[in-house]
Amino acid sequence: MIELRYMQPSPAGVCTFDETKYRRKRENKRGTRAGCIGVYCANEALIDAGIDFSGYDRARTGVYIGLTEHGTVETENEVYNISQYGYNIDYWTHHHNPRTVLNNPAGEITMNLGITGPHYSVGAACAAGNAALIQGVQMFRLGEVDLAMCGGISECVGSFGIFASFRAQGALAEHHDPARASRPFDAARNGIVISEGGCVFILERLDRALARGAKIYGEITGYAMNSDARDFVLPYGERQAQCMELALRRAGLAPGQVTIINTHATGTRQGDVEECRAIRQVFGESVPPWINNTKSNIGHAMGAAGVLELAGNLPSFVDNMVHPTINLDQPDPECALAGLVVDAPKQLDRVDVILNNSFGMVGINSVVIVERYAHDRRQAS
Amino acid sequence: MTRNEIKNVILEIIEDIDEEADFDSLEADKPLRDQLDLDSMDFLDIVMELRKRYKLQIPEEEYPELSTLNSCVNYLEPKLKDF
Repeated sequence: MIELRYMQPSPAGVCTFDETKYRRKRENKRGTRAGCIGVYCANEALIDAGIDFSGYDRARTGVYIGLTEHGTVETENEVYNISQYGYNIDYWTHHHNPRTVLNNPAGEITMNLGITGPHYSVGAACAAGNAALIQGVQMFRLGEVDLAMCGGISECVGSFGIFASFRAQGALAEHHDPARASRPFDAARNGIVISEGGCVFILERLDRALARGAKIYGEITGYAMNSDARDFVLPYGERQAQCMELALRRAGLAPGQVTIINTHATGTRQGDVEECRAIRQVFGESVPPWINNTKSNIGHAMGAAGVLELAGNLPSFVDNMVHPTINLDQPDPECALAGLVVDAPKQLDRVDVILNNSFGMVGINSVVIVERYAHDRRQAS
Repeated sequence: MTRNEIKNVILEIIEDIDEEADFDSLEADKPLRDQLDLDSMDFLDIVMELRKRYKLQIPEEEYPELSTLNSCVNYLEPKLKDF
């Protein structure tokens, strides 16, 4: 549970990490929470990837960070700050603009790592994490960069306004046990559990990755984005289905070849139903694909959701297990998909293809397809 | 406030900006920014903190008065005499 200014305690996902592992406390104070999370994730990602920039040029490295929003936390805090001084704007901080420019989290990463290639944020509501991955792939296709750091960040738990807005919309989860509050597909679901968090992936071309003997978590083989062009908040299954179909077509895959669909479902009544409708439309009721939902475990990390949820599923290429959807006690009949993995992980013989859905407000849809990197499959094709 | 108290306030504000600031070899007549890891944004933090603590409005043209520790104390002494 989190207690925010003006708000009753709400279930929330709050992350703890070693905030001064990669930069000093003074830089954390000057920057934003999103920047702090981003710097940590970016450094961890580089270490994990074994990249020290001896083989890559920092000027040919792009940093693309997906955000649902940015600046809300800082703005709310500053308005509160001047309220303590009779709303005298002499007390408004000079840090406001550098903290709230939309490129802030990506820029803080470049400052920390000395990366001189392009950096910017991708604003795509809760599809932003996927959108950042797609941006990286597209920049490779354009030949703009050789290395891309793509991810998403959420500092949303610092903003009472984001909680209050979901509450006003009847979409903020409530449950006496916060760990049970995020319950997509469950008949008793009552809204979203907002989480902070971050996730950064290192993207490189396959030939470069192979040449340096990189540990390859997966290969992005398909992606798509489209727009509902209908409503500010309500999702639209028809367009989500079109988005999945486009991504499958680009990947050269038939629906039956997908092993896992990681759903976007957030625990709202209509959102979950629309996505299930879209999945039925594209995949029918056949299994595979197996279907899961990471938000039931970690809440909704907003701009980080797409990438964090993908990260939650990539280990399936190693252990061939599908992580379960939890808190699904009584499935909503409209969400009772045949392939749903519930409560316990599902052990499969082999996981080859993950399809990752992320949708967002104002009608934005994104799908990323990641395949197990298989040398033999490449040779066969 | 005594001159010494004013000096301590300045150092305390700087320490709040950067807890690793090293005051051991700080020379009171040399610019703070040359000796400590402070930039223009940090300097504005000092101005803001003085405003918040003592309602001091320091006009921009007088910012140079705050360049060294001693000049800070000289400049602030009359303004903080009633605190």
